[in-house]
Amino acid sequence: MTTVPLSERPVPQIDTSDFQMTKDEGLMVYEDMVLGRLFEDKCAEMYYRGKMFGFVHLYNGQEAVSSGVIKALRPDQDYVSSTYRDHVHALSAGVPAREVMAELFGKETGCSKGRGGSMHMFSAEHRLLGGYAFVAEGIPVATGAAFQCKYRRDALGDENADLVSVCFFGDGASNNGQFFECLNMAALWKLPMIYVVENNKWAIGMAHDRATSQPEIYKKASVFGMHGVEVDGMDVVAVRKVAQEAIARARAGEGPTLIEALTYRFRGHSLADPDELRDPAEKERWGARDPIQRFAQYLQDRGLTTADELAAIDQQVQAVIDDAVEFAENSPEPKPEELRRYIFAED
Amino acid sequence: MAETLFFNALREATDEEMARDGTVFVLGEDVGHYGGSYKVTKDLYKKYGDLRVLDTPIAENSFSGMAIGAAMTGLRPIIEGMNMGFLLLAFNQISNNAGMLRYTSGGNFKIPVVIRGPGGVGRQLGAEHSQRLEAYFHAVPGLKIVACSTPYNAKGLLKAAIRDDNPVLFFEHVLLYNLKENLPEHDYICPLDKAEVVRPGSDVTLLTYSRMRHHCLQAAQLLEKKGLSHDPEIIDLISLKPFDMETIAASIRKTHRVVIVEECMKTGGIAAELSALITEQLFDELDAPVIRLSSQDIPTPYNGKLEYLTIIQPPQIVEAIDKLMTDQV
Ligand SMILES: Cc1ncc(C[n+]2csc(CCOP(=O)(O)OP(=O)(O)O)c2C)c(N)n1
Ligand SMILES: [Mg+2]
Repeated sequence: MTTVPLSERPVPQIDTSDFQMTKDEGLMVYEDMVLGRLFEDKCAEMYYRGKMFGFVHLYNGQEAVSSGVIKALRPDQDYVSSTYRDHVHALSAGVPAREVMAELFGKETGCSKGRGGSMHMFSAEHRLLGGYAFVAEGIPVATGAAFQCKYRRDALGDENADLVSVCFFGDGASNNGQFFECLNMAALWKLPMIYVVENNKWAIGMAHDRATSQPEIYKKASVFGMHGVEVDGMDVVAVRKVAQEAIARARAGEGPTLIEALTYRFRGHSLADPDELRDPAEKERWGARDPIQRFAQYLQDRGLTTADELAAIDQQVQAVIDDAVEFAENSPEPKPEELRRYIFAED
Repeated sequence: MAETLFFNALREATDEEMARDGTVFVLGEDVGHYGGSYKVTKDLYKKYGDLRVLDTPIAENSFSGMAIGAAMTGLRPIIEGMNMGFLLLAFNQISNNAGMLRYTSGGNFKIPVVIRGPGGVGRQLGAEHSQRLEAYFHAVPGLKIVACSTPYNAKGLLKAAIRDDNPVLFFEHVLLYNLKENLPEHDYICPLDKAEVVRPGSDVTLLTYSRMRHHCLQAAQLLEKKGLSHDPEIIDLISLKPFDMETIAASIRKTHRVVIVEECMKTGGIAAELSALITEQLFDELDAPVIRLSSQDIPTPYNGKLEYLTIIQPPQIVEAIDKLMTDQV
């Protein structure tokens, strides 16, 4: 068997020693990370109990990226787009856990009315442009939202138009042409766009190093004259810091940023994946860098909170998730006579 | 005779053809170390190496184009679409270069490439993963389009497709990979252009393909159970392009009635083209209009009950046959 050289990149060092974070901000981010983690754990349980079907891709381990970036946006104003691994991005963007869970149960009360499922979470209200099931197809769409923001300001003369668009995708997607084509256009037109590559080292069973000639994805920005930065994706403070900088740049009309967050998924690619190719030592190494534990420690070290306060948040979040399951369970199925609804704008 | 699972039948076909001919190779996402998403290429890289079982980046249009270039210059690539739907991203290469290039080059080049993988509606996979590209690709000139439906024909057809000098789009079905069948020990191929009479009958011709073949067989059993004496002749089209009009016509000359059962959407579907051909060529043989049983013209919904309503189910086939046989036309 050809073994993959599992070289570990050095962890990117971003100085966060003087990064300002209030208690409220810290707890908001913490709560969001815990929500993401516990929600996904519940999904696994519900999947095995036959409550949800299809391909279900969980986000465990990567929470610092979603929470670090999305919680630095203007809620319900800036745009977010995701992939098939989209439950947690949806939650961070403010879609209620009830609606995400109900969608997974295929219910009418789901954020996509039970029509979409795990890989197709949408919410216009929360500016979630969608979960996109095909690799890389969300990148152009998110770029279009950024174009819209620029258009509003420059073509329609709306000086207050300063929204930004954030697009999440994986290392595997960064080898797709749509990625390069969009970097070019976003840089060319200085779009208020933030591309966030969640480099979790694997695209299903394809090790990142076997799929790309240049594993350091953030460097690919430079050929387009775009700002690119790598960040420790297990450190939510560092992620929040680079996200805030990128957002400020985009809002100021200074153009797009490519953020490469080095992270790891703690579960298989989807709940159907036997996950046989990843080295147990690699999993253990990354498992030890759990972003939630690390942030909990950070908050306590800084004197922003106590273990008891965090435990109380954990409990509240668990209650939110239990409520979401009950809600999903008790929600109605879509009506058969509405099978053809939502095809056209008038429906 | 050895009992073989559908995916292993495909794997055997690939393995045997790779052993026979050094120019045959497989490429696609996760075909190597991972063994393919439905295990059709499991461990073949151990036998043939990483270049002959090439794990590609997620770059469908470009790796398809690359395979076409390799085919033009002497290799015989098998492209695996991890899901055939993903080949929407390769539509340009499949249409312009696999399909049309031989013609536009005035016969300068051959393109012996096989493009295979799972298609169809699975279980609540959502709209994007439930596509039936055979219909979308049907209009592209220069492509042969084949749909396999049993371990036996999967193996024989894939071997024939690999040996064919033309581009062949080869559809498998996500829900058929675990079917089992006893396969012959000896080398065999199945012709790419021949339909298969699955169940001879005298009253009505059921034309179908892929997973719907099994729905039609269930419908025939249901008819019996219900004590209905209608005797359908079930024909698995196998070749979706070109259609085997000879076999189809022979059946229609016998039954004078046609129901086409397909999983693709009604508009622009396989049955749309087939029914037009039947009407053009066999109008005088028909005792009733051709009936199409197709999926709804909608993106496949995730919800299980809506999904069930979206594709044709065996009771609907029974109902259509009964109506056709009892309504005096
Ligand atoms: C166009 C397309 N090709 C292939 C797939 C199948 N597929 C789903 S996820 C995936 C790997 C993607 O890896 P990456 O971009 O690193 O994201 P991750 O799953 O690690 O979050 C592949 C090949 C797909 N969904 N869409
Ligand atoms: Mg990845």
